[in-house]
Amino acid sequence: MSAREEVLGRIRTALGATRAAVPDVVRDYRQAGEHPATGPELLDLLVDRVEDYRATVLRCAPAEVGATVRAALDQGLGAGWAAADVVVAPGLPADWRPEGCDVDDDRPPVQLADRSASVTAVAVAIAETGTLVLDGSPDCGRRALSLLPDCLVCVVTADQVVGGVPEGIGRLDPLRPLTMVSGPSATSDIELQRVEGVHGPRTLLVVLAA
Amino acid sequence: MTATVPPKAPTFLGLPTAPRGVGHLRGDQSFPDAARTALRDGQLRANLGHATTTIRNKRAKVVGEVADWEQLRAAGKALKAATMAHLDEHLEELERQVTARGGTVHWARDANEANEIVTRLVQATGTGEVVKVKSMATQEIALNEALEAVGIEVFETDLAELIVQLGEDKPSHILVPAIHKNRAEIREIFARTIPGVDPGLTDEPRQLAMAARKHLRERFLRARVAISGANFGVAETGTLTVVESEGNGRMCLTLPETLITVMGIEKVVPTWRDLEVFLQLLPRSSTGERMNPYTSTWAGVTPGDGPQEFHLVLLDNGRTAVLADEVGREALHCIRCSACLNVCPVYERAGGHAYGSVYPGPIGAILSPLLTGVEDNASLPYASSLCGACYEVCPVAIDIPSILVHLRAEHVEAQEKTTAEAVAFRALAKVMSNPRLWHLAQRASRLGRLLSRGRPTLPNALPPPISGWTRSRDLPTPPTSTFVEQWTREHRSAK
Repeated sequence: MSAREEVLGRIRTALGATRAAVPDVVRDYRQAGEHPATGPELLDLLVDRVEDYRATVLRCAPAEVGATVRAALDQGLGAGWAAADVVVAPGLPADWRPEGCDVDDDRPPVQLADRSASVTAVAVAIAETGTLVLDGSPDCGRRALSLLPDCLVCVVTADQVVGGVPEGIGRLDPLRPLTMVSGPSATSDIELQRVEGVHGPRTLLVVLAA
Repeated sequence: MTATVPPKAPTFLGLPTAPRGVGHLRGDQSFPDAARTALRDGQLRANLGHATTTIRNKRAKVVGEVADWEQLRAAGKALKAATMAHLDEHLEELERQVTARGGTVHWARDANEANEIVTRLVQATGTGEVVKVKSMATQEIALNEALEAVGIEVFETDLAELIVQLGEDKPSHILVPAIHKNRAEIREIFARTIPGVDPGLTDEPRQLAMAARKHLRERFLRARVAISGANFGVAETGTLTVVESEGNGRMCLTLPETLITVMGIEKVVPTWRDLEVFLQLLPRSSTGERMNPYTSTWAGVTPGDGPQEFHLVLLDNGRTAVLADEVGREALHCIRCSACLNVCPVYERAGGHAYGSVYPGPIGAILSPLLTGVEDNASLPYASSLCGACYEVCPVAIDIPSILVHLRAEHVEAQEKTTAEAVAFRALAKVMSNPRLWHLAQRASRLGRLLSRGRPTLPNALPPPISGWTRSRDLPTPPTSTFVEQWTREHRSAK
């Protein structure tokens, strides 16, 4: 008998010929947050929660994303950064990109480690938990792009912000490779004291356009 | 009063438990013996007390701000119970979906078979080293040892796992395997074992984390094979999930050409939507954060993004035997958050090593004996005061105290030889059901006052077999007169 047949057979034996009735799953937890979509309370909540992870948020009008991305890079890399050191997702809107920046292509992913910063869009932002979700679409880029450069800039638009986790999960496509980002990489492995910045980007900057 | 008939001791329907001689589910000492050594280590107790207090407070704060926590908890429990009731169907669906998206699914009856499968897969790639994401399942089956035995170098990449690996130590906590080490001890391990480490390294946590980053960076960039566990596997879509903090998980899940994931069969969830519950329960219960820094999900292989070869190894290793135990099967609902460890008064004092298994604390005290059969971990169901704190914090409401009692009963019933304790309680039952014998016994017990020499408790150095009881319990000095005697005396003199 194959291992597959044997393990499945064991499960059937364990559960018995007449299986216990399956309990109803009551989903009476909150399906949505309290604040109306795109409203100021919802955006304020997102900003508060993202900053609580010691990430930086820069707010701007939708037309000012390009300038604000540059301001974010000034903060993350220090003034005088070279555009060639910044790599952006291939589908990032042209007016969001710093002039002269590197655009990700099909190079071996480890080469992205040579860049100082990356800029991506997001698919969804969850306000209550301060979570940004990248879904591998052209404007979010492949997973290595938001991982290897030490400084990550994510652009969030107001329509992408939801209240709670159930709304976020509902908007996502589980067949895509997803990365949920809540603050810079961190560890609590030494005396349970949180230290920001281990293997992932040590600096996270969020540009919120509304 | 309605009397409920207690369920009959399970026979596990002849299903095999986790095999002996492989893996880390059995200690080489009983819990009381191991705990006695641990309790003498003042540094260990200080480290554990500090760490568990910190994490308990963080958890309480972020759980307190979720108004619907109890509803989420009930949903989590119901989801797990519903999943287990049709575990075979969900696993078959998971296999279909992973396969349809370019992954390969393997089934492993036990630790030996899982280790063989992974070793074969790594060898087929021709590489001599692998990077690993922290995973309880691979710790349970001692995969590192199996790979090292055939000359494959294994790099643990989670900071705490790295500390344990470099210190040639054993993990002592589900979430923070190096919780028993403080910053000074960690600095000493790094200074001694990391080649080329800055000799000026201090014990500041930030500096220590940076030293680990530097040490592992190059290994991530050159790794061709990664091995991970999985927090959840979604049946309907074939989506695997890893929840982490440091980004070491992302490195392993993203950069190598080949990814091998070892997942216990109980980690399957039926639908994508179910993650809306577990991704709220898990981070707040484990690290005490609203959300952990990174959660990665992937379904099979994505062209141009991440590993192009993906293997999923589904592991039984005693889990089906746990499933056969109608009371104990709830232990399979565990999402490995470790909240029960952090609140447990026994864990806080004895530490994780005393449990002898990779699963310590309250959940380990039920899961380890369930996986191995209670005879191989017979002391663990007693490693608890049954205070119930574990049940209260469990995000999927596993009734750990009831399962502990259930396992104690099973252990007692399995005794072939009559124990001194059983004889004593049988005698006690006889005495207590006969008033005359009872009063005689009470009067006789006053002889114990001679041993106490005026102290409120009897000395714990009594001869065996009584020492078996008094070694870990205070036996009060018998009173000069019993309650009934006092009552009779006072009420007679009042008349």
